[in-house]
Amino acid sequence: MAGSAASNVTDDAAAEAVVRLQAVTKRYRNGVLALGPLDLTVKRGEFIALVGPSGCGKSTALRLVAGLAEPSSGTVQIAPRSARSGSGHAIGVVFQEPTLMPWASVRGNVGLPLKLSHLPRAEIEQRVMAVLAQVGLRDFAGAMPRELSGGMKMRAALARALVTDPDILLLDEPFAALDEITRFRLNNDLLMLWRELGKTVIFVTHSVYESVYLAQRVLVMTPRPGKIAAEFGIKAAEPRGEPFRMTTDYAAYCRVVAEALARTADPTEGR
Amino acid sequence: MTGARLLRIALPVVVFAAAIAAWHAVVTINAIPPYVLPGPGLVLATLANDWPVLSQSLAVTLLTTLQGFVAAALGGTALAILFNQSRWLEFALLPYAIILQVTPVIAIAPLLLIYLPQPTAVVVCAFIVAFFPVLANTTLGLASVDRNLVGLFRLYGASRLQTLLYLKLPAALPQMLGGLRIAGGLSLIGAVVAEIAAGSAGAGSGLAYRIAESSYRLNIPRMFAALLLLSAAGIVIYAGLAWASHLALRRWHESALGKDN
Repeated sequence: MAGSAASNVTDDAAAEAVVRLQAVTKRYRNGVLALGPLDLTVKRGEFIALVGPSGCGKSTALRLVAGLAEPSSGTVQIAPRSARSGSGHAIGVVFQEPTLMPWASVRGNVGLPLKLSHLPRAEIEQRVMAVLAQVGLRDFAGAMPRELSGGMKMRAALARALVTDPDILLLDEPFAALDEITRFRLNNDLLMLWRELGKTVIFVTHSVYESVYLAQRVLVMTPRPGKIAAEFGIKAAEPRGEPFRMTTDYAAYCRVVAEALARTADPTEGR
Repeated sequence: MTGARLLRIALPVVVFAAAIAAWHAVVTINAIPPYVLPGPGLVLATLANDWPVLSQSLAVTLLTTLQGFVAAALGGTALAILFNQSRWLEFALLPYAIILQVTPVIAIAPLLLIYLPQPTAVVVCAFIVAFFPVLANTTLGLASVDRNLVGLFRLYGASRLQTLLYLKLPAALPQMLGGLRIAGGLSLIGAVVAEIAAGSAGAGSGLAYRIAESSYRLNIPRMFAALLLLSAAGIVIYAGLAWASHLALRRWHESALGKDN
């Protein structure tokens, strides 16, 4: 059931790859190699999870895909925006912190990407309200971030990432700071949104359980400099939901992923 | 109103009343002549009797303060924005801003009075004293923007102007307003210092000038009355700016939220 090495997936995915990283490395200014060489191909509509120990460069990899950082070597390719989605931005990002502007309302925060691309006000308003309805924040458009709970802030951040209708959604440990009940609920809502909207999702987490629950493909990374150590295809009855958590398959997947993660942490094998 | 809140308001009032009473008692019991120390009653009476002169002086000083404050607010903010946009400009100019700040204004004032017409010199003095806190605080505020938010703006291709208007300036607003609150009081001090330096030679008639003039004439009650007005003006300026700051921040910033929030 659990998959094997990284090489077997890349070939058949090549045709409709949305994100392709080839031999990408990132070196800090002080010379320390933070990441790579990393090869990663993500197909359109795929939901993948990157799991790894703290400091392994997961977030760096995400920043490279987002274009917020430049690779020291190698290439990062992002497919051009699909015709279906029209104007807007190809990539949406959710950080570990909600990263909302405290001086602006939920409406102002979510509408920011559209405002920056000079869309007319009426269109911004209409798209903001639509996306707020999708994440369940319709009644909180006028609220200030400080008036929201942790989970609601994260929903607002997710709405902001979705408002440009991006092809690719990058999530950097978005639910790590939330309590478990809220996290489970947001996991389910994220899965629902993914099924509805058909986005390509790269989800970074340090939680084995979360990665197995959400992703179709789980990539385990080594400690710094982060490389892909193992890859697992997660096959479950779709649509996934809470019952999946109770299955023996889920437990088995979690075990093999956890084992792979433990192997990378072993200093004799990890570096 | 709870007992604690009532007490918080009542206590300073009681202390104030006690101090006035003590002042009055000392003057009366020791029969101190008014040209040494006037009693509170005489000061109030002088304030009322000399109101036409004093109010005119108050207006002059307040106008100077306002002009210095506005110049400092605009100049300090503009310079901070320039520094934020160009590090080279900051390296080039910041040392001079600091030199201007650490050189006592009382020592600069006589020079300014030689080279500039007196009304201008007084405003420049107020500006010099008041502009540095605006510059320093705004610079700090502009530089302490959340890095993830900066990344977000980059991701969405925000222009420099958009980043400044929608991100950096709002993020810096609390520090900026803190700087302005300090600048308000300081521009009053700058105006007073310049008026004192101009002294009797000055053509102006601000409150500080009145104090200097009254001192030469041993009109001590009027000195106290003018001093009283200066303190009152300082308090009003501070309270006004604190209120404006509260209004601007009350919806989102920690400093302006109630403790129970």
